[in-house]
Amino acid sequence: MSSMDKSLTAGTAKDKLSLFGLLGLVIRRDLILAMRRRADVLTTLVFFVMVVSLFPLGVGPELDMLRKMAPGVVWVAALLASMLSLGRLFSADYLDGTLEQLLLAPQPLSLLVLGKIIAHWMVSGLPLVLMAPVLGLQFDMSAQALWVLIATLLLGTPILSMIGAVGAALTLGLRGGGVLVSLLVLPLCIPVLIFGAGAVEAVTSGMSVVSHLSLLGAMMLLALVFTPWVTAQALRISME
Amino acid sequence: MAINWFKYSAPTAFYGLAGKLVPWFAWSSAILFAIGLYISFFVAPTDATQSEAYRIMFIHVPTSILSMFIYLVMAFYAAVGLVFNTRLSSMMATALAPTGALFAFISLWTGAMWGKPMWGAWWVWDARLTSELILLFLYFGFIALHASIDDPRRADRAAALLAIVGSVNVPIIYFSVKWWNTLHQGSTIKFSGTSMHIAMQQALFTMLLACWTYSVAISLLRVRSIVLERERNTQWVAELEEVRS
Repeated sequence: MSSMDKSLTAGTAKDKLSLFGLLGLVIRRDLILAMRRRADVLTTLVFFVMVVSLFPLGVGPELDMLRKMAPGVVWVAALLASMLSLGRLFSADYLDGTLEQLLLAPQPLSLLVLGKIIAHWMVSGLPLVLMAPVLGLQFDMSAQALWVLIATLLLGTPILSMIGAVGAALTLGLRGGGVLVSLLVLPLCIPVLIFGAGAVEAVTSGMSVVSHLSLLGAMMLLALVFTPWVTAQALRISME
Repeated sequence: MAINWFKYSAPTAFYGLAGKLVPWFAWSSAILFAIGLYISFFVAPTDATQSEAYRIMFIHVPTSILSMFIYLVMAFYAAVGLVFNTRLSSMMATALAPTGALFAFISLWTGAMWGKPMWGAWWVWDARLTSELILLFLYFGFIALHASIDDPRRADRAAALLAIVGSVNVPIIYFSVKWWNTLHQGSTIKFSGTSMHIAMQQALFTMLLACWTYSVAISLLRVRSIVLERERNTQWVAELEEVRS
């Protein structure tokens, strides 16, 4: 379909539904579906809590060392937890045929994908952000460091969901997709990890966090512009 | 004389051309390796500060350069294959990936062997080492994704998209790793900017050419196998001499 056709159909559909309204609908649908299967949501969160709590058992309970490790541990655990939930992003819709309908829809697929990514982040990323300060207390982090940790996770976890969506779309319906998606996505997430954990370390050593947060924000904007489109292309490749 | 370049974008025509080119690149690679290794071991003088251990650089530097270069070439072929839907470009990208991964691995391995006597550690979390490691991971991702999709067309296109996303990400990863490291500490040892001995330059350049011709030869060989595999049900493959005999 040419881009002109696309804009035309979007124009006629506008009378009933604006693009933002559509985005809201997609998000609402995915949230309702997630709330019907709450166990899935909780699994990610419990995994996150468990991984973080395992570290002191592995390396010893000295608070000085734990305080130093905390940002890295929380961030790596968040990265792994977000990998865990990626399989659910498209697979249910793929199995029951909804995804095909989304691909055929006259509205731009990138927008529908963006809606799904946002819903996925609200279900799997946002709980991690809210849980992180509690876990930070386990590691005796200062209040200031905790605030920075929340800020970086707020900026960073959407990026993880967005990059992860590309991997999830590429590995759709493959055997061993879960491990494969980690192999594809983890290297691409390294910059987020570096600046996310780096910001917390910077604030504890008395440096400014502005540069770290700006870079994270820049990455988020970059990902917001490109990843929905790339994910849409990947879905088209996978659904051929 | 106008050459019709598009003629060779068909696997049928390219299969023959690649077969003719392989011996040329393979032999020049063998000769260049012989010359390059001779210069690097017997002609190049012993380094003032690093003594004999520096000679590992003659393998290390060419393989690291090529591991990065091959990723770009691979991403380029993959993008051409994705945009223009040419089968051969995707096959080239697939054929290049194992060589690139091999070079990245050799570069890391030789780097570790050089690092032990020089830095006193097999591995240092230096920006360059870390980004080379991540490059190796990106190669693994490309190969694994391609291998796990049964339908070759889908595999080509999905891997191509991944290669493009990866090549966009490489500079971001490189600079973030660099800033990550410099935030902690400056790198302790650097190559001094002093002029290299002329024999060292010659050895390095010869080895670079040798590695390059090797990767061309091996990728052409590999792409021939891929063509045979993908086109095994066609008439022209059945009529090939090497297939009939």
